[in-house]
Amino acid sequence: MSNSSNATTVLLCGVGGQGTILAADLLAHAALEAGASVKVSEIHGMAQRGGAVTTVVRFGDEVSSMVCDPGTADCVVSFETTEALRNLSFLAEGGYLLVADEAIKPLPVATGKASMPAHARETLADRGATLIPAGDLAREAGSAKSTNVVLLGALSTRLPFPVEAWERVVADRVPPKTVDANLAAFRAGRAFADGEGA
Amino acid sequence: MELMSGNEAIAQGAWEAGAHIGVAYPGTPSTETLEAFAKKDGVYAEWCVNEKVAVEVGIGASAAGARVLSTMKHVGVNVAADPLFTAAYTGVGGGMVVLAADDPGMYSSQNEQDSHYYARAAHIPMLDPADSAEALRFTREAYQLSERFDVPVFIRSSVRVSHTKTPVEPGPRASVELKPYEKDAGKWVMMPAFAKPRRKVQLERIEALNAWAEDCPYNRVERRGTAAGVVCAGAAYQHVVEALPEASVFKLGCTWPLPAEALRSFADSVDELYVVEEASEYLTEGVRSLGIEVSGFANLLPRDGELSPGLVRAAFGLKEPEHEDTPAGLPGRPPALCPGCPHRLVFKELTRIKAIVTGDIGCYTLGALPPLSAMDTCVDMGASVSMAHGFELALANTEHRPVVAVIGDSTFAHSGLSSLISTVYNRGGGTVCVLDNRTTAMTGRQGNPFNGETLQKRPSRELDLEGVVRSLGVEDVRTIDPHDAKAVRGALKSATSSSELSVLVFRAPCVLLERTRKPAYTVTGACTACGVCPTLGCPAIAKDAETGRADIDPGLCIGCGQCAQYCAFNAIEQTEGSSHE
Repeated sequence: MSNSSNATTVLLCGVGGQGTILAADLLAHAALEAGASVKVSEIHGMAQRGGAVTTVVRFGDEVSSMVCDPGTADCVVSFETTEALRNLSFLAEGGYLLVADEAIKPLPVATGKASMPAHARETLADRGATLIPAGDLAREAGSAKSTNVVLLGALSTRLPFPVEAWERVVADRVPPKTVDANLAAFRAGRAFADGEGA
Repeated sequence: MELMSGNEAIAQGAWEAGAHIGVAYPGTPSTETLEAFAKKDGVYAEWCVNEKVAVEVGIGASAAGARVLSTMKHVGVNVAADPLFTAAYTGVGGGMVVLAADDPGMYSSQNEQDSHYYARAAHIPMLDPADSAEALRFTREAYQLSERFDVPVFIRSSVRVSHTKTPVEPGPRASVELKPYEKDAGKWVMMPAFAKPRRKVQLERIEALNAWAEDCPYNRVERRGTAAGVVCAGAAYQHVVEALPEASVFKLGCTWPLPAEALRSFADSVDELYVVEEASEYLTEGVRSLGIEVSGFANLLPRDGELSPGLVRAAFGLKEPEHEDTPAGLPGRPPALCPGCPHRLVFKELTRIKAIVTGDIGCYTLGALPPLSAMDTCVDMGASVSMAHGFELALANTEHRPVVAVIGDSTFAHSGLSSLISTVYNRGGGTVCVLDNRTTAMTGRQGNPFNGETLQKRPSRELDLEGVVRSLGVEDVRTIDPHDAKAVRGALKSATSSSELSVLVFRAPCVLLERTRKPAYTVTGACTACGVCPTLGCPAIAKDAETGRADIDPGLCIGCGQCAQYCAFNAIEQTEGSSHE
């Protein structure tokens, strides 16, 4: 791990409203169940209205800082390709870059004042990103709203918590009516990442 | 173990201490504290119209013998400063704890002032937790401190303490009786004859607090190397521990008063003494004022914004990890008014009439951003109305563009109403737009007097906004549907062409309140790429980079129909999809 402390750092990023906060909450509880100390740092308020958002989850025997510096994230999980590029600098050397294969135009692009980055997917692939069709997998699993949990399923293959613990946390913490869709989404994400790794 | 945000932990601490009255006005990053407190057993909690009122309700409840929690963001402390300074003369009955939640980095605020200065200026002790476990313990014990020293106590947090979840061990609630109230004019009537002796009491209390601070249980020294010692508090402490594993640390859990002797002896135990703090020089000045030499950093520590371990390491000249550069030329992703937001057309039309728009604090401040770019000023809660009056005064007898104040319903209740009274009293003109979206939207949809919802869902009454304004003597008061472009345009045109004061109430609920969606709109082949609809700044509308034609994202469109009213070519039509939630 790349920090002076021995904590593991996961940075989740995306667009306000994409469900980064729930994904961070599930990850944090999986870590807590495993007996780790955990910190989850979120940003609320003005930034949430469709703006770029990041949530940082850090866990380990001892966690001090709750924020993440460039070059220190063991995993960057991006819910969108442009946000993955924006947060690329946070990834530690040899870190895991997991990106939902979806591009959402920010307002300056929609109004024609700016353009989307050229070759975003290629740039990300060059950096060793795992691009995952998280939205499609979530819809197949039962609900597009579970895109965040698909990403979590893929991320889970890189973290040292048993699959039973992950599934228990998902089942305990998502809204009761969505448990089946979210468990299916989690498994789909996990299967996808296992396939990529093979 | 349970994961709690700093805010939830403060609420838990207050509850465990037996606090049973909670008062606040919402404000990021403090809001969830009172929301969490309000859900607990055996408490009464309410949103007040502003922070000054909240603290005064709190002082009343404390005088009557209850333990009280009052919460606010840093700029809310400005509003509440008047009663707070004098509460530090009267002291308390039941313990009183006031949360001041700072926002270094300005994630959701108009400035990044440091609340520590209030503690020093008002002589109110301040505890500074660095994580949720401390937030819980410090808040719980702050009530004893408040009652022991007969003074309110500040809990100071920052966005990274309030909004970081860390493990805590919640405990049971103490059973605390109301302290019997007895009339005591010398303590509670702060007229000069009584305030002068209370000032002497305050000076004696400051001495007692100084002595207590020397070995108070909230400060601690972490001995590591002797080369460098760092004084720090709150979130900055966490960054220092991570960045400088060799340094000894004096962690201040109480940041006013400072422990003079303990700091001197810590300074003597290390070769170089440093102070690390965020967006402020409060601690540095405080340590220097004790005659302690504070060393300069190898490189400057940023004076604005948040800190991080990397920034601390950089200040000490230490190496930072290798990392990729952020690719150049990425488009920004600023926040925006939601699809279907009822504020959008008011800003669109204000841009069309080239008004000078004095704005205010809330979601609608986003109307200042492109492409609407419809706001000239934003300073503080309520300032839209009073600043518009100032513009009118200065521009009187000149050819000038119409001056229009724009303020939300909750902000109007907070302090816009008193500004309006002042304008009416002084026979001011201009136009005031109240954007009544039936909620306090930006902070997460809290109740306010104009929607009649209370924090704990107790019965209330919805204040008649137009009736209140009319009763002040404003004759031109109109209610407009903000989704109707023609109505918005007509009302603004007529109001701004008269020299009389007009109040226009644009009323439609925030789209996040009802979350109902009508069938989406779509762009037909009749689109001429004229470029008008993208200027509404709706996140659902995009302009094709090559053809210039508009496109509506059916996943984002909620079917409000605002854009269709701006299409001169009838090229925006509603689809036949079904309405849904």
